[in-house]
Amino acid sequence: MKKQSVVKKFLYSQKVAPYVFVMPFILTFAIFFAYSIVSMILMSFQKVAGANTTFIGLENYKILTNAVFLKSLKNSVFYTIVTCIMMIPIPMILAAMLNSKHMRAKGTFRSILFIPALTSVVVAGVVFRLMFGELEGSFMNQVMNLFGVEPIIWLRKPVTVWITLFFLCLWRWTGVNMMYYLSGLQQIPADLYESASIDGATGMQQLRYITIPLLKPTTIYVLTISIFGGMAMFSESYMLFNGNKSPNNVATTLVGMLYRMGFEQNQLGIASAIGVIFLLIVLAVNMIQLRINGTIGSKKGE
Amino acid sequence: MSMTKKSRIFTICLFIFFILIAAITLLPLALLAVSSLRPGSDLMRYGLNFSIDWANANLNEYKMLFSGQNAYFTWYKNSLIITVVQVGLALFLSACVGYGFAMYDFKGKNILFLCVLLVMMVPTEVILLPLYRLIVKMKLINNMWGIILPYLVVPMLVFFFRQYLSGIPKDFLDAARVDGCTEYGIFFKIMIPLMKPSFAAMGIYQGMQSWNNFLWPMVVTNSIDKITLPVGLQSLLSPYGNNYDILIAGSCFAIIPILILFICFQRYFIEGMTAGGVKG
Repeated sequence: MKKQSVVKKFLYSQKVAPYVFVMPFILTFAIFFAYSIVSMILMSFQKVAGANTTFIGLENYKILTNAVFLKSLKNSVFYTIVTCIMMIPIPMILAAMLNSKHMRAKGTFRSILFIPALTSVVVAGVVFRLMFGELEGSFMNQVMNLFGVEPIIWLRKPVTVWITLFFLCLWRWTGVNMMYYLSGLQQIPADLYESASIDGATGMQQLRYITIPLLKPTTIYVLTISIFGGMAMFSESYMLFNGNKSPNNVATTLVGMLYRMGFEQNQLGIASAIGVIFLLIVLAVNMIQLRINGTIGSKKGE
Repeated sequence: MSMTKKSRIFTICLFIFFILIAAITLLPLALLAVSSLRPGSDLMRYGLNFSIDWANANLNEYKMLFSGQNAYFTWYKNSLIITVVQVGLALFLSACVGYGFAMYDFKGKNILFLCVLLVMMVPTEVILLPLYRLIVKMKLINNMWGIILPYLVVPMLVFFFRQYLSGIPKDFLDAARVDGCTEYGIFFKIMIPLMKPSFAAMGIYQGMQSWNNFLWPMVVTNSIDKITLPVGLQSLLSPYGNNYDILIAGSCFAIIPILILFICFQRYFIEGMTAGGVKG
């Protein structure tokens, strides 16, 4: 009885309570995240065959200089760059237009543009795979027919594969990014625009000197999630090709390679090495992002 | 006078432009909805398009879906259970953690919070393989806990709850302590009621994540009665038998409940799904 009350007193003290509150995080972090990262780094230096592991140094990393892996890395980087170029200006302009005082039924349009974000990558992938199907009657081929273009086998050649992937990305994420920009726009004080228009600034000048600079925090955020989302892209390609098997690896991504090595070919060491490279890329991007953010923060503080 | 005329033209152009954008946005879902009224064999032969013979349009695909001759509703049930359990646990545990970070100063707090940010930054795909091997070791393959456990504490939610609670003055806690409230009593009796509005938005955020999650459940489950709805729908993508009937009608039926929820609770959806941007 007495012992129990000591334990209780200990657990209920103000010193210990915070640790009790954050304990779920400490546990899941240690078990699932830290353990995974450590075992991945270890495995990347090993040859794993069943229960037998042998240390092989950098062999796994050396294998990764092969053409297919480099192609997958290039694909991921290309996808990331193009999606960043698309997914920042387009949602920003749409948000600015939607936020304009001339606009009617703002709420309705905002909701409609958000709807694609509710679909899973699977449902979106199913529709896009079929829309961009190779049959003459597939929707996109019907559209091309209006322009007198012969039916296209969309999911075979690199150019049309990328067009499909970018359309899919544009369709799913424009509404969400636009929402970020809308909330960013609402934080810009209206009197800034008033005094600018009194000074004779045109709409374009206001956009250039007020809207875009003040949206910088939003842009940095959108850029960050776009980079991570882009580099992690896999499910979209998996859905379009009904598996991790695009012709001639046109749309095999970094994660696609990781999946192929780790889950399809049982090359655990190589897959781990890919994971480590991916982790390093993520951390590098973060360092850069923190630096940019840091300088902005200090400017704000001054 | 010409100014108001000019602005009226501008308004109309803007409006028409957005009608076009909205139409393009809804087009893929409209294609799906129209196609669900045609037999799947049509789709295999002619492709996904809007040409439909309305006289022959019917609900046969849906009838087949509900006939019980396929695993669709097993997947639906799996997804529903996983989503509900995961949202409940993740909300509660993440709220605890966020509260701990927001309201207390303790040793190691900064390092721990850096860990939260680290987990938030690193895409799950990075640790897909070691995490999978861990779940194998824990014997949780083909088990819903294998899907749920790694996502028990969601860094995004922790971050959000911490932000949300940091607006509450700490004197408030001291006053409660003076009144004889224990540390946990404060959390359960005072804080949780205060956090209710944020639970709605974050619940929807997490619910969408769980309901739509594809890659992790695909890796962790493989038997037909244990997979989730997205994984099951994906497995129907090969055009054999009546796969396409169930695929199209099933895809529609997977979106409809979310669409209804969205129409009813729009504000929470938008708040929840854009919560990350608020910190900007």
